[in-house]
Amino acid sequence: MKVLRNWFDKQKPHLEKGGKFHMFKSGFEAIEVFLFVPNHTTKQGTHIRDYVDLKRTMSVVIVALIPALLFGMYNVGYQHFVATGQQLSFWPVFGFGFLKVLPIIIVSYVVGLGIEIAAAQMRGHEVNEGYLVTGMLIPLVLPVTTPLWMVAIAVAFSVVFAKEVFGGTGMNIWNPALVARAFLFFAYPSQMSGDSVWISLGDKAIIDGFSGATPLSQAAAAAAKPIAEVAANHGISYSLMDMFLGFIPGSIGETSKLAILIGAAILLFTRIGSWKIMLSTVLGGLFMGTILNIFAVNSYMAVPAWQHLMMGGFAFGAVFMATDPVSGAQTNRGKWIYGFLIGVFGIMIRVVNPAYPEGIMLAILIMNMFAPLIDYYVVQGNIKRRLKRAIVKA
Amino acid sequence: MSEEEGIFSKKNLKLLTNPLSNANPITVLVLGICSALAVTAQLKPAVVMSLSVTIVTAFSNLIVSLIRNTIPNRIRIIVQLVVVAALVILVDQVLKAFVYDVSKQLSVFVGLIITNCILMGRLEAFALGNKPWPSFLDGIGNGAGYGLILVTIAFFRELLGSGSLWGYKLIPESWYIANGGWYSNNGMMILPPMALIIVGVIIWIQRSRKPELIED
Repeated sequence: MKVLRNWFDKQKPHLEKGGKFHMFKSGFEAIEVFLFVPNHTTKQGTHIRDYVDLKRTMSVVIVALIPALLFGMYNVGYQHFVATGQQLSFWPVFGFGFLKVLPIIIVSYVVGLGIEIAAAQMRGHEVNEGYLVTGMLIPLVLPVTTPLWMVAIAVAFSVVFAKEVFGGTGMNIWNPALVARAFLFFAYPSQMSGDSVWISLGDKAIIDGFSGATPLSQAAAAAAKPIAEVAANHGISYSLMDMFLGFIPGSIGETSKLAILIGAAILLFTRIGSWKIMLSTVLGGLFMGTILNIFAVNSYMAVPAWQHLMMGGFAFGAVFMATDPVSGAQTNRGKWIYGFLIGVFGIMIRVVNPAYPEGIMLAILIMNMFAPLIDYYVVQGNIKRRLKRAIVKA
Repeated sequence: MSEEEGIFSKKNLKLLTNPLSNANPITVLVLGICSALAVTAQLKPAVVMSLSVTIVTAFSNLIVSLIRNTIPNRIRIIVQLVVVAALVILVDQVLKAFVYDVSKQLSVFVGLIITNCILMGRLEAFALGNKPWPSFLDGIGNGAGYGLILVTIAFFRELLGSGSLWGYKLIPESWYIANGGWYSNNGMMILPPMALIIVGVIIWIQRSRKPELIED
């Protein structure tokens, strides 16, 4: 460790303005503060600096994502071998998924961090740690078959247009990971939806009778038929246990609700994710689900509200995307409204609009946009109420 | 006086070249955005649209400038509209006669040239107070400035969104995923939001090269 520290200290003079390696300053500093505790000190006035800085916050989120990531890798392999009709032990299955998912993660980080470091160097800023989490979230919300060049384009688009043009980490209006997914969804719809994109087949053929449809697309397909003809469980062929544990086709990280719950527990225990947003999103989803259940004109609308929480990306979005502290609402009352409406819109788009198989992504992006407005009115309301309370005696 | 001024004097040339860069109607004055988003999914309609707008702007500028001293101030907008509408109908009929398919693609947007903000802006700000020849040049310059941006946007949108230029396929069929390749057209390029983003990028590049254009 000491050797490394000395090496870093020795290189420093070269990186100052006029030094021969000045163009690498931002990248160098990023690596340095990643390896060591940053030695920021306050220059004037008395401040208390919490040791939980942005870097530590982001690291905790990464830790919370690990269960979903590991299970996602396993599930990629599991779905592959189910689809091709083979039975293998744990390690080959996990290994297959690992080799499929790893390139996506590498591309995401290389492209994203490359742009971040270049932008930071151009502006003379420090590199912010915001991309650490985004770079991990992007692979987790994509189908495993997404071509790597599409991942690269989507990452570049979201880092430049959702983040850097607004001023970098902490200034973005939308969650960059969701912008990347939305970009892919609208730019390359045939690689982002349908029944054949969720399972990586390699060059193997699919066995008879295996469709590769997600629970969401099964339920949506059943909705077109008259209610009486729909098979049990609203046309969904997966058991509730499979949906909870995650043995279903879907985006890499979204399938296992158990892994997401472990992540949620980590976020809540360390108080990094907001429990208000998570709870209100779930409540909003249940509320909208119940309303749809009451009308239930087709089999999709009759899917029990609580079962919606186990399908698609609802859980993943509620835990990891809606709670993004930058793009979400900041005030306490605002968080309740923000989360609740995400849940409502997420389920509404999912069930009512046949053009979009999953609504939670669009719901979070919409509410990201409204979060500042919600906060504004919460603060204004607060001011008005307090003004009323203050009685001025003439 | 201006009698001695040559028809292509420095001042008149400036009327032509200024709208191409420092006074561009789209990127600097931010006029005519709606049609820039609507007709730029392909190169061909964008070129036809720019030509139409250029012709209409130039001749309406010329005509309004000719009669500028006789137009009563209170009804000047309606007089301008009559001139513009007559020219737009002419252009529309010519398009229908000679390039019917493009005319169908442009559909309502040719008629909507009447309400194009660039036109009314130039008539109000320039033609009403200047002689016919400079007004004509100003119209051509602004039409060209508009066209320059339209063609740039359409170039990227058609190339990346449809894999073609001017209707000719540039990306080999065997590259596409459906034919066993790896490539896929970017469907978002066909949608209007991407046109807005490209306009944004052009504005971004222009302002970073000419910092004096940056507003506070």
